[in-house]
Amino acid sequence: MYRIGVIGDRESVLGFKAVGLEVFPCDSGQEARKIFREIADDNFAIIYVTEALYREMEAEVTEYTDKRLPAVIPVPDKDGSLGIGLAGVKKSVERAVGADILFGGDK
Amino acid sequence: MERLNVNPTRMMLTTLKKRLVTARKGHKLMKDKRDQLMKNFLELARENKRLREEVEAALARVYESFSVASAVMSQEVLAEALMFPKQGVKLAVEGKNVMSVDVPQFKFETTAADPADIYPYGFASTSGELDAAIAGLAAILPDLLELAAKEKEAAMLAAELEKTRRRVNALEYVKIPQLEMTIKYIVMKLDENERGNQTRLMKVKDMILEESIEEKRRQTEEACAM
Repeated sequence: MYRIGVIGDRESVLGFKAVGLEVFPCDSGQEARKIFREIADDNFAIIYVTEALYREMEAEVTEYTDKRLPAVIPVPDKDGSLGIGLAGVKKSVERAVGADILFGGDK
Repeated sequence: MERLNVNPTRMMLTTLKKRLVTARKGHKLMKDKRDQLMKNFLELARENKRLREEVEAALARVYESFSVASAVMSQEVLAEALMFPKQGVKLAVEGKNVMSVDVPQFKFETTAADPADIYPYGFASTSGELDAAIAGLAAILPDLLELAAKEKEAAMLAAELEKTRRRVNALEYVKIPQLEMTIKYIVMKLDENERGNQTRLMKVKDMILEESIEEKRRQTEEACAM
């Protein structure tokens, strides 16, 4: 059975615990990177990371982009969305098509 | 375009012609694959964007309730209330083959005795906002998982698409022209050899003919002299 993890600051991730996900509260990018390294190959299928921390561990996450598992998904934290998640979608479009042809008109 | 460095022989010509046919066939297939991948991917990316916007908006509402709850309640009580979750999530991963890309599909099940009662605390010491937050979070959980699956699939398709695109271009703009040029070179070289041979033969024939005419003439002269 696969596991689902959530990495984020304490206040943001508290609720995820109540709905049954495994929560790894941490407050710094360094700590987040360390936790991510530990759990990335540990039977986790999905790891949600709050955007503020996601920004600090992009190098680590990129290693897993082309792997099948885990899926590392940025989610907004309690301070609201930083637009990193949508930027990721945009980036994959750019990578696939060579240019952003889907979301260019939005801004 | 640089031609391949090969010996201009008939055998090489046959080999290269075969390779050209394969390259053309491969190019056509790759192109079809690319087009289909692109179609799938663009659909997926649009869906992905829509889902993400939805989830982000929903999460924002959840966080809002949470911050109200944590303002009303003390941190300790809040942490204590959520310490032992009633609900667990069981996740199974299956594979789906999309244009030869093995994308993961998430199947999940929540394990709560009563889906309506997932609150892992008594209602006496907690605020109502916490209930709302948890209910909201539980409600968007399927979307969150869907988002993860979609985003992973999009990322993997993007990687495959990039690879396929490169291959199509390499075949179209490098490999096929190169083969064509080399084949042309060999054909021309072989024709040139053929012509050279022809001229040489004609020249030799001329020489032999001349020699025999000379011989004949000498014989006639000798006969006349006698």
